[in-house]
Amino acid sequence: MTGDTHDHGHDHGGGPVLTYADDSVHDRNETGHFELLADALKELSIEKGLVTATEVREYVEFFDSRGTEKGAEIIARAWTDPAYKERLLSNGTAAAAELDIPMAGAELVVVENTGSVHNVIVCTLCSCYPRTILGLPPDWYKSKSYRSRAVNEPRAVLKEFGTELPGDVALRVHDSNADMRYLVLPKRPAGTEDWPEERLRELVTRDSMIGVAPARDPA
Amino acid sequence: MTGAALGPPGYAAGDAVRVALTWPPGHRRIPQYIRGKAGVIERYCGSFRNPEELAYGFDGLPERHLYRVRFKQADVWNGYDGHPEDTIDLEIQEHWLSPVEGDA
Repeated sequence: MTGDTHDHGHDHGGGPVLTYADDSVHDRNETGHFELLADALKELSIEKGLVTATEVREYVEFFDSRGTEKGAEIIARAWTDPAYKERLLSNGTAAAAELDIPMAGAELVVVENTGSVHNVIVCTLCSCYPRTILGLPPDWYKSKSYRSRAVNEPRAVLKEFGTELPGDVALRVHDSNADMRYLVLPKRPAGTEDWPEERLRELVTRDSMIGVAPARDPA
Repeated sequence: MTGAALGPPGYAAGDAVRVALTWPPGHRRIPQYIRGKAGVIERYCGSFRNPEELAYGFDGLPERHLYRVRFKQADVWNGYDGHPEDTIDLEIQEHWLSPVEGDA
């Protein structure tokens, strides 16, 4: 910024510090109906003593800081430990708990990508997502476009993510519409047969665990 | 709102079922696109509080049996042109399901 040397004519006196025109990154309308509703609900809950402002802040901080590390830990373990993989696919919640990963009230279902089946996750109704495992969902996962198109033209959507499925691979879409949360077990990349678990974790990306991309290619 | 205790699950993996074709008002976790469609129980998920009651401040009891139901995409969308074995799975509460006769 160059201070007042710019030439468009506006008043630098008593106006707002930022206007929406200044907000080039986010299109979130902070004074929209639902934003005001959420703020009012939060303020009332604090006033009534149901929660404290600190608890709200800590909750937001926890989820903002949560990344995909726990998911990568689960996947790398499943790649290297066949017995763990079997437990993971039959009871995801219990297998996550083995690694001290909580599910916060929901149940975990893990679906495995193979040479003949590819899985992809969507929540058409909102943005259900295994947040304790993968952190907060990406913006595109919450978009109406992804939520509708991943259901009725999933192959086209995958292609837009750079993932073109061979014609002989069946595609399973999982709509996370109720009490289950989903994690895709991607295929273990070729050429990693002698890799230790810790190193394998680096190949496990968020998008591979949602199912819109394969795990990272080690080559 | 409370009611009778929950009985045993009425369906098992492999059973052919159809989702009710109905449009009641209120909070429903059954997306409109799957209503009226027929599929096969993929697994029983357990019982959970009823979201249709929880949404309005009731206790959601008795719990409802929940299933993952697998549908063929070609049965869900007109003109679906992917692999014939492409599927979509959703979680459906038992009170939205009825058996598909002669096809189980």
